[in-house]
Amino acid sequence: MRVLRRILASGEGFSGLAMLAVLLAVALAAPLLAPGDPLAIAGDPLLPPLQDMAHPLGTDRLGRDVLAALLHGARTTLLVAIGAAAAALGIGITVGTVAGFLGGWVDEVLMRIAEAFQTVPAFLLTLALISVTGPRVTTIVLGIAIGAWMQPARITRAEILSLRERDFVAAARVIGMRPLEIAFREVLPNALTPVVSLAAVVVAAAVLIEAALSFLGFGDPNRVTWGSMIAEGRTVLRRAPYLSIIPGIALVLTVLAVHLAGRGVAHALRSRRVVA
Amino acid sequence: MRRAGRLLARRLFGALPVLGLVAIGGFLLLEAAPGDAVDAYLAGIGGGDAAQVAALRAEWGLDGGPLPRLAAYLGALLRLDLGWSTAFERPVLAVVLERLPNTLLLMGMATLLALSLGSLLGIVCGARPGSPRDRALSLAAIAIYAMPGFWLGLVLIVGFSVRLRWLPSGGIETVASGLAGWDRAADIARHLVLPVASLGLVYMALYLRLMRDGMAELWRQDFVRAARARGMAGPRLVLRHVARNALLPVVTMLGLQSAAMLGGSVVIESVFAIPGLGRLAAEAVARRDTPLLLGVMLLSAVVVILVNLAVDLAYALLDPRVGSGTGG
Repeated sequence: MRVLRRILASGEGFSGLAMLAVLLAVALAAPLLAPGDPLAIAGDPLLPPLQDMAHPLGTDRLGRDVLAALLHGARTTLLVAIGAAAAALGIGITVGTVAGFLGGWVDEVLMRIAEAFQTVPAFLLTLALISVTGPRVTTIVLGIAIGAWMQPARITRAEILSLRERDFVAAARVIGMRPLEIAFREVLPNALTPVVSLAAVVVAAAVLIEAALSFLGFGDPNRVTWGSMIAEGRTVLRRAPYLSIIPGIALVLTVLAVHLAGRGVAHALRSRRVVA
Repeated sequence: MRRAGRLLARRLFGALPVLGLVAIGGFLLLEAAPGDAVDAYLAGIGGGDAAQVAALRAEWGLDGGPLPRLAAYLGALLRLDLGWSTAFERPVLAVVLERLPNTLLLMGMATLLALSLGSLLGIVCGARPGSPRDRALSLAAIAIYAMPGFWLGLVLIVGFSVRLRWLPSGGIETVASGLAGWDRAADIARHLVLPVASLGLVYMALYLRLMRDGMAELWRQDFVRAARARGMAGPRLVLRHVARNALLPVVTMLGLQSAAMLGGSVVIESVFAIPGLGRLAAEAVARRDTPLLLGVMLLSAVVVILVNLAVDLAYALLDPRVGSGTGG
């Protein structure tokens, strides 16, 4: 609770978390706020925003309501971003803990593999996985995680390395705990703080990669996403630029909120460390 | 110079296992994709009979188990044979090398923009952390950093191509313009303004923040206080003592971000219809051409390794503890 209060006390942390809370509420309430299929035709095509209050943000090329698509798109964005970030952090923390605690050739091999992954652009890795498995939400989540686990792994490893010679680890050895048990139950919980600060960066990157994928047409075709809305609007960019600009603003605000919240969290955790 | 040479040799040698791992990853991807190189080749030339298929499989080393197939794949890579592109019906190597220069040009220009503008504005912010100028620029940087590059590209197209009609909205040069020499270079430059801005501005924002935060930190360091106590002030103090040291993390980030920038070029090149490596990757996925996608990945890995090598060398020149510098 003290940490939460400290996050809210900083301007950045407060505005970031407030924006995220609104986004989450919108995503959860989308079926209530805009009932029915957001991909269904709702009115005249290419209605500009703020003209007809039945469609406050206008309609697209086929007459689908922009606001409804925007609200439902928030669900996909959050689902993919949070899922991908959780998967990336899960893989990264596991690899980093094993590499850092066991050391030796295991460490050498795992870190070489991480280096190889970092040498190939993450977006290409994601594209490669999707091209083999097909575009579904689960494979997109996994694809993004495959391109994002390396930095969490490195940071976890560094943190574990700095902890593994401490007395409490030696004590755990003496009472007969197995190495991996010590690594995950004793050392890892003490190493998590800097990794948690990294979570915001991973979530923000996941939002942007998901958007880019669906913009290129490699997203799940059965879901509305902000990226696919921008791509759809691009075909009539000259006549109706608002169709591409509006979902982009939603993306910018989301990523901005994640960054601000992340800075607030990092700041709060840092000041706690100084106190401790 | 000798030390630079040794560094170069050590890094190049260290890159080999990494490249090997990337190649093995590529092989696993090829195995996971439906069909093999022979299927792809036969689909391209219009099919063949069973005996011919078997002969081709034996010749390309594809008739054994996974390990012989891996050996055949790595052997082919060592001979710079990246396989056959089904989408273009040409060798992968020829296709990717043809697209490489455009991407390198785009990336180089975007890096130049991001580095120069980012460190310049970062110095403006970091010279007086907390000033109104610093707050305004830092806020703008955070907003730009949150923008998807492809969306920024579309917004720039709406502004500068559709409304103002100042700049072309796509392509790398005017088709069949008959231009040559400097005129052609100017034409290409005009076409590159918007894509370079879309790709580079995000990194500009990143470098601005890094530079600014680094300088804010450095003002508290002893050697800066000592310089101040000696009576040093103004641009000399800001540039030689503070900015120079804050530039190091920016240069490090430059290498780390080269892979991300190549990934970003996939979308930017698609938005602006630039025939480069990035758009080729998107085409390869859309047309289910796995060998071609792998070729792009391998070439990207080589580019990233070389860029990081260049960054290491630049670092050795910049770091006052390495050179004959005055700072530190």
